[in-house]
Parts: sequence; C-alpha cells; structure tokens
Amino acid sequence: MIELVSTDRCIGCNLCVKVCPTNVFDKTEAAPVIARQEDCQTCFICEAYCPVDALYVSPYSDEQVEVDEAALAEQGVLGSWRATLGWGPGRTKLAAIDQTPFINRILPARPVRAAGVSDVRSPATG
Amino acid sequence: MVSEQPEERLVADVLVIGGGPAGAWAAWSAASHGARTVLADKGYLGTSGATAPGGTGFLYVEPDKEKREKAVADRLKSGGYLSEEPWIYRLMEQAYLNIQLVEQWGYRFPLDENGNLYKAHMQGPEYMELMRRVVKKAGVTILDQHPALELLTDEHGVGGARGVNRLSGKSWEVRAHSVILATGGCAFLSKGLGCNVQTGDGQLMAAELGVEMSGMEFSRQYATTAAFGTVTRNRVLGFASFYDEAGNVIHEGGPRQDHFFAVHLHKGPVYAMLTHGNTPEKQAIIRASTPLWFVPFDRAGIDPFTQKFPIKMRYEGTIRGTGGIRLVGDYCSTTVPGLFAAGDAASREKTAGARSGGGAYNASWAIASGTWSGKGAAEHALAHGKSADHRDLRPAGRYGLRHTAESAESIPVREVVKAVQNEMFPLGINYFRSEPIIAASLERLHKQWPLVRGGVGSSATARVQAREAAAMVVNARWMYSAALIRKETRGMHTMAEYPELDEAMSSRLLLSGIGDIRHRWEDVPRSYGSITPAVVVKERQSV
Repeated sequence: MIELVSTDRCIGCNLCVKVCPTNVFDKTEAAPVIARQEDCQTCFICEAYCPVDALYVSPYSDEQVEVDEAALAEQGVLGSWRATLGWGPGRTKLAAIDQTPFINRILPARPVRAAGVSDVRSPATG
Repeated sequence: MVSEQPEERLVADVLVIGGGPAGAWAAWSAASHGARTVLADKGYLGTSGATAPGGTGFLYVEPDKEKREKAVADRLKSGGYLSEEPWIYRLMEQAYLNIQLVEQWGYRFPLDENGNLYKAHMQGPEYMELMRRVVKKAGVTILDQHPALELLTDEHGVGGARGVNRLSGKSWEVRAHSVILATGGCAFLSKGLGCNVQTGDGQLMAAELGVEMSGMEFSRQYATTAAFGTVTRNRVLGFASFYDEAGNVIHEGGPRQDHFFAVHLHKGPVYAMLTHGNTPEKQAIIRASTPLWFVPFDRAGIDPFTQKFPIKMRYEGTIRGTGGIRLVGDYCSTTVPGLFAAGDAASREKTAGARSGGGAYNASWAIASGTWSGKGAAEHALAHGKSADHRDLRPAGRYGLRHTAESAESIPVREVVKAVQNEMFPLGINYFRSEPIIAASLERLHKQWPLVRGGVGSSATARVQAREAAAMVVNARWMYSAALIRKETRGMHTMAEYPELDEAMSSRLLLSGIGDIRHRWEDVPRSYGSITPAVVVKERQSV
C-alpha cells in the first residue's frame, strides 16, 4: 500500500492525485495526502509518474507498515520503479531492453488444454 | 428522490466509458471514424486497468496461413468449442495490424536473438502512456477520474451517461448517440495487479437496459502472487520449486499439473523459490522481462532465487474469465441500439470460448474489440441527423444510487463487499465448484441484494462505492447462477458432480434480469462462410 508522500520532495504538481486509478490521494494546499489508503491496490504506478520520486508504495498489500523516509532514500528505493521503467530524462525505456523474447525460450512451453478434459479431477471428485 | 441535475455537461457522438486498453482503442477508433468522442474513466487513461501496471503478452501471429490455422485450431479446442472461427481469424488480423501502428507511433519493441523486433509483449506503463497520447491526438476529450454511475436512455436506445467527478465531487452528464462500455471485468476488489478499478459496473449498466450477459460461468480464474503482494505474473513461477509448511518439496519445477496451486493452497501454506533461475544470466533475463514482479521482493528484503516465500491465489473473476455483456453484431453492438461493449466488459466467448488462458488473448481482444466497437459506434452515431442533446433522455440506473434508494437506511458498503468477497474468493467455493456448495453460496449472495437498495451518502466516494457494491453483488449472483445451470465441465468451468464435457451443452448460456435472474441457451453460430475484414485506419505519423 502507499505509505509515503515525502513533503520534502513533493513539488505540489498533484499528478499522483490525477493518475491514481483508485483515487487514494487528496489534493491540499501543500503536498497531497493519502486520504483513502485502504483503497490502494498496490499497483506501484503512482511512483512511475511522480517526477521527483516523492512516493513510496510498500510491498505489503493488506497491512499498514511504518516506513523510514531517510532509510528508503539512502537505499535508493525512492524512485527505483520509475528508474527501472526508464522514465525521466536521459534514461533508456524498459521496453527497448525488455528480455521477454529470451525468457520465453528458457521457460517450458505451456500445454494447450483440451476442453473440459484437463480440469476434470478436482479434490471433490478424487 | 429526484435525480440531481449534472453540473458538468457535454454533448458528443460517441461516449466511451473506461480507460484501459479497450477503451483507449475504442476512443481512437471512434474519433478516427469521424465521431466527436468523449472518454470518461473511473481512474486515469494511462494507469487504469489490469494492463497498465505490468507487462502484457499479446496474441500476435504473423500473417502466415499455416501459423494462423494452427492458432485457430488450438483456440477452438482450448475454448471448449464455444468460440467462432471467423472471429478468431479476425481477432488475429486486427491485433496484428494495430500492433504495427503501435510501433509506428513510437513504441520501442525489443530485438529477439535473430535481430527481429519482438512484438508479442509490451510493458504496460509505456503502452498505456503511449495510448493516451494517441487518443488525445485523435481529438478525443478525456475525462479522468470521472466514474460513470448510470446510462441515459429513451425509446430509441442509449443516449449517454451520468456520473461523478471524483476530484471535484460534481456530477457530470455526457449525451451521445453511441456509448461503448469498456469498463473491464469484475474481480471484486481482489487486489490482483491493476484489478481494483474493475468492479463490473458496465455489466450492471448494460443489464439495466435489458442487455443479457453471456458466459458468466466462465469466471473461475485465479492468479498466483507472493502472499503479501499483488503482482500476478505466473510466468516467473515457471522457474520455481514449491514447498509445504514443513519444507518438503512438493514440486521441483517445470510444467505443473493442472490445479497444482489450488490443490496445495487449499490444504495449507505453500512456499516457492526460483531454483531454476540458477545462473546470473538467467536471473538477469527473468528480472528484465518481468521487473515489476521483483519490486515487492526487493522491498521486502527477500531474494526469491535463494529464499522461500509464501504464495497465494488472487481471484481474477471475469477479467481473465470470458463472461460478460453479450455481443450481437460484428462491431460489438448489443441488443440495445447505440450500446456497444469492448474488452473484458464484453463476453469474449466469440474468440476465446470457455477459457481465456493467459492475458495474451484478452490483451489482443482489447485491441480488436476496441477498434471494432469504435467503428460501429461512430457509424451508428453519425447516422443520426440531430445531436443527442435533442433527445428526451432519462437516467436508467436502478440500484445503488442516491435517486433509486428504497429505504432510508444506508447501504453498508464495506459489509456488503466483504460478504461478497467471502463467497467469491475461497478456493473451496469458487475453484472447486460443486452443486450444494455453490447453491448455498448463491443463497447467501441473494440475501445481500436487498441491502444495495438502501440509501447512499452524498460524497463522490460514497456514490461510487455504493454503485460498485451493487455491481459486485449482481455479478456474483450471475456467476453462481450460471455455474449451477451449466451442469458439465467445460473450459475453465468445472462442477464436481459433472466432471465431463457434455456435447449437448455446446451452447452459450445467456442470463437476463437483475432482481430475478432468468436464462436461455444460444447456439454458437457455425456458418464459417465469410470473415468480416479487419478495420484499417491509415496513420503514418508518430505521436
């Protein structure tokens, strides 16, 4: 869930308020606030859009956790998803270096399932 | 209560409701066919929907006769023979053409080992950010954070929609001769990646105009995530070994048996470790193909290559199921004049039958059905002489709305949602379906129905969430009603008492009604005469 809007970093652009697909943030006079944390779907996309790396989405989707902004900044976590996507000036877009063509070669192929055959045996029937 | 007069008003030819990939393609297509188009999304065009946060594969088959014939044959079989050959060919061709457009528009596809562009996969954030620019450039008016609450109608069919601006709290109304529902499937706020915007709103809106649902029994779909997180990308788990609570190995990697996750998670905790990602090279490839999958692990301080982590299954409902709004025409029209559906809001049985498989089929369906519905909606709207502003339209919503409340008591939204989730999420009910268990669950769901006819608060959040609760209750009731009627096992639908496919049920199951749910069977069209050609929009410029 979203756990942090850094008031030190925030420039008040309110982009997170606009882009959050589940409307978690509220606009204020200053930095946006996390108004409906329970509605956060932990999709990390607000971080991708934040131009100043002011947001932190914790990996825990169903529980609130305490976060330490200084430690997150020091570990390079703030803004890390945006950097991985290659968003922001001077970065290479993730799409261009996507390794999916290769993962498909090292993964075993998924079999095509025949209609109603492969799903027959459930524990209820043995 | 009289419905409130909207504070924001717009008139257009086509209104697209929903801003995931299907909505984006629909709006682009409608505008490209000359229609004044408005797109209203509950969230934000670019971040909404199951595609936006992570990577998505596409059904992408080169125009090679043999390859496509094989793809069609595979699909007919895996879809339980409920899909239609001409529609599958058409889907492949449309997705293929549009993915070339995505490349022209500037998406940087990676190279494969032969130096060819690999176009069967896209990174969601970039794909949808690009689609937003494409839609804007096509001249579409985009209304972000504008959830639709109900359709407008008169004796000629649909005529627009009303909703609320979640940021300002103001009501809005868009009048349009054509409306495309691209609101997604319904996953009951399961927090599967990007799935919480999709609460079945479009299905409820369509049903309020008398449109039938088709294939709602094909909704038995879960995806696996780290137990603490939301990132559903099963592909990575192809590299995993699995363990029980005591640390005993239950699977050493490679292809898993059907039901593997459900069977073991139904018994107790299951742990995974990516033991087959055992070289730095492999680890680098896995990370760079599905980077979002690793974000929760990196942040939780878990190295999934060397440490065990607990997994769970998150329900994906009709997002990866195939049921939804019944389509009747080649351009995704419904039985109501002017009303169209695209993406996961629509039934995907015409192309996917009884099983969608991975996300690839649905991702290509979003492209194709969006494009088709946009053309159909534009042509329908432009055939009208006068603008929709002249029509005597009335709001069609009946449940979970302020003006339709039947009692002073407020809808207990959180309790209703929890009660529905308690019926839809458990593997013991929805995955291992059996008659008495589903029947008892459906009875409990029916008891929730009167609750969504209560009062609704005035805030935007209250109005949206009350409507979502109503939509989720009715979608759940449709799913289990359909499951009980289809007394066989086909595609993703199973029923313990009927473990085999029954040839006599090689038909589609249609449901109608909201309070009282009725059903009928529809034959799958078997005339393989002609294939409706793909929609070609000439575009050369990048955006």
